Amino acid sequence: MSDLPGVIETASAIKAGQTTAIQALTTCLERIESGDGETHAFLRVQADAAKQQAEAVDAAIKAGNDPGPLAGVPMAIKDNIVMAGRETNCGSRILEGYVSPYESTATERLEAAGAVLVGTVRCDEFAMGSSTEHCAFGAVGNPWATDRVPGGSSGGSAAAVARGLVPAALGSDTGGSIRQPAALCGVTGLKPSYGRVSRWGLVAFGSSLDCIGPLTRNVADAAAIMNVIAGPDRRDSTSVDTDPPDYLAALQEQKPLVVGIPRQHRHKGNHPAAEAAVEEARAVLESQGATIIEVDLKMTDHGIATYYVVATAEASSNLARFDGIRYGRRAEINPGESLEDLYARSRGEGFGPEVRRRIMLGTYVLSAGYYDAYYKKALQARRVIHDEYKSVFQKCDVLLGPTTAEPAFGIGEIADPLTMYLCDRYTVGANIAGIPAISIPGGLAEVDGIKLPVGVQLQAPFLGETTLFRVAHQLQQATGHHELSPTG
Amino acid sequence: MTDSTPSALSLDETRHVAKLARLQLSEEELESCRHDLTAILDHVATLGELDLQDVEPMAHPGDRTNRIDPDEPEASLDAAQVLAIAPATEGPFIAVPKVLGGDEGSA
Repeated sequence: MSDLPGVIETASAIKAGQTTAIQALTTCLERIESGDGETHAFLRVQADAAKQQAEAVDAAIKAGNDPGPLAGVPMAIKDNIVMAGRETNCGSRILEGYVSPYESTATERLEAAGAVLVGTVRCDEFAMGSSTEHCAFGAVGNPWATDRVPGGSSGGSAAAVARGLVPAALGSDTGGSIRQPAALCGVTGLKPSYGRVSRWGLVAFGSSLDCIGPLTRNVADAAAIMNVIAGPDRRDSTSVDTDPPDYLAALQEQKPLVVGIPRQHRHKGNHPAAEAAVEEARAVLESQGATIIEVDLKMTDHGIATYYVVATAEASSNLARFDGIRYGRRAEINPGESLEDLYARSRGEGFGPEVRRRIMLGTYVLSAGYYDAYYKKALQARRVIHDEYKSVFQKCDVLLGPTTAEPAFGIGEIADPLTMYLCDRYTVGANIAGIPAISIPGGLAEVDGIKLPVGVQLQAPFLGETTLFRVAHQLQQATGHHELSPTG
Repeated sequence: MTDSTPSALSLDETRHVAKLARLQLSEEELESCRHDLTAILDHVATLGELDLQDVEPMAHPGDRTNRIDPDEPEASLDAAQVLAIAPATEGPFIAVPKVLGGDEGSA
């Protein structure tokens, strides 16, 4: 398959009358039909609704009205972001048949901006996982090697964009769930600052960590989507209440920068290609006038422990709502059994093993007698991590490192939960501290004779998305790695 | 570990946590959960290496406080749509097993 035009390119061509929204949609539907056979990124394609949206965009253009900045851009939505009247399952049996009675703010803003939402893409159950193997409706193959994972939990989003089925997708990131799959599939993925994009309509996993963000083929496309979805929302009381800047305009700014490279992210366990990608990025930025310094993020080693207590504690509380009563799957009970049996059986049958494990862990760390030893301690460690970033950002504008230590692993290769959790070593910090981070393609690694992408991660202070976009754009222009595609 | 953080989880404790979490698990699932949680908690226990004595816990990035919205009524969800996704209904109600009356623990 040849390359699919990106977000800005598609919207411009439609607005200029070189193509139509219906044509752009038809192209994507055909590519999904012919190209998603081995990746299985899409869980559901909503062709009829998408056609209506595309026709509305074409009608607006014909009538001389502004169709919006994302006019006719086909997009895929992660299966944990709700759309009114459409099924959302969060990759879980417990939400089989759930048709949302309301719309998420992010998809509402996308539609209002002219985007065409073509369907739902697979993810790990309730966004818990780093491989998308924990989707109750089947695993997703990495477009670069379909027997390998696309990363997770937004694996369907990353695979759909990398495979060239859609120019962009929404994902969500609680501990790396946008950046890690973006790295493993060779696309661009942004985790915004906490609260920069409304969480309304994102099914909650860890409420103090969850962020919605874009996955695209290049940095400018991510900025174009953020221009639409970012901003205050009174339906999410944790949304940042200042208006966002124009992220696209920020790409062109030129300012001298200090780039920090955390020593703890240059680990001997990193794949040589991941190390080479960071080294290349460092050289590019230095040649463009940036000052490079080495910094310490000594809490890196404690990130996973902190994260898995905080995230599972919040998850155990958030997922208490799935009880088989008001919506979702309800188990059968026998005469003489209680309402409590109904809850426990509905949940035991409805949740998969990884979600059960995290609910159990979260319940344990919050339970009487263990709260201080685990939960309180993790919240204290969280402050130390937050403060460490704060002091590091007094010395530099942006942090540079690998997104993950390794390229994509095989489906079924990592069975041990803790080993899987440790995949998120470099990504959880941004969620713990609430800061923005982006993963961009960093070239290819060669593993067992096949080529697999690696990612470079940039992190910036709270609300520093403009810096991230600017640096990421510079790097991308210099290296061209974003143009590599599994489809040739 | 140098502090009081316990690491090994017993099967009875695991069963108790499953009850608190309202999760019906088979004996096999309980044992597998016990095994996995023990390994994860061992890793979490490394937080014991940190001196966190006087550190204020941080539940939320940036210590944000609640924002109060004006108290203005607006449309709520459509009742028919909400009832349509309920697993069991009776007229305009969501049907559930008997909650009150009878012996404790029975339907």
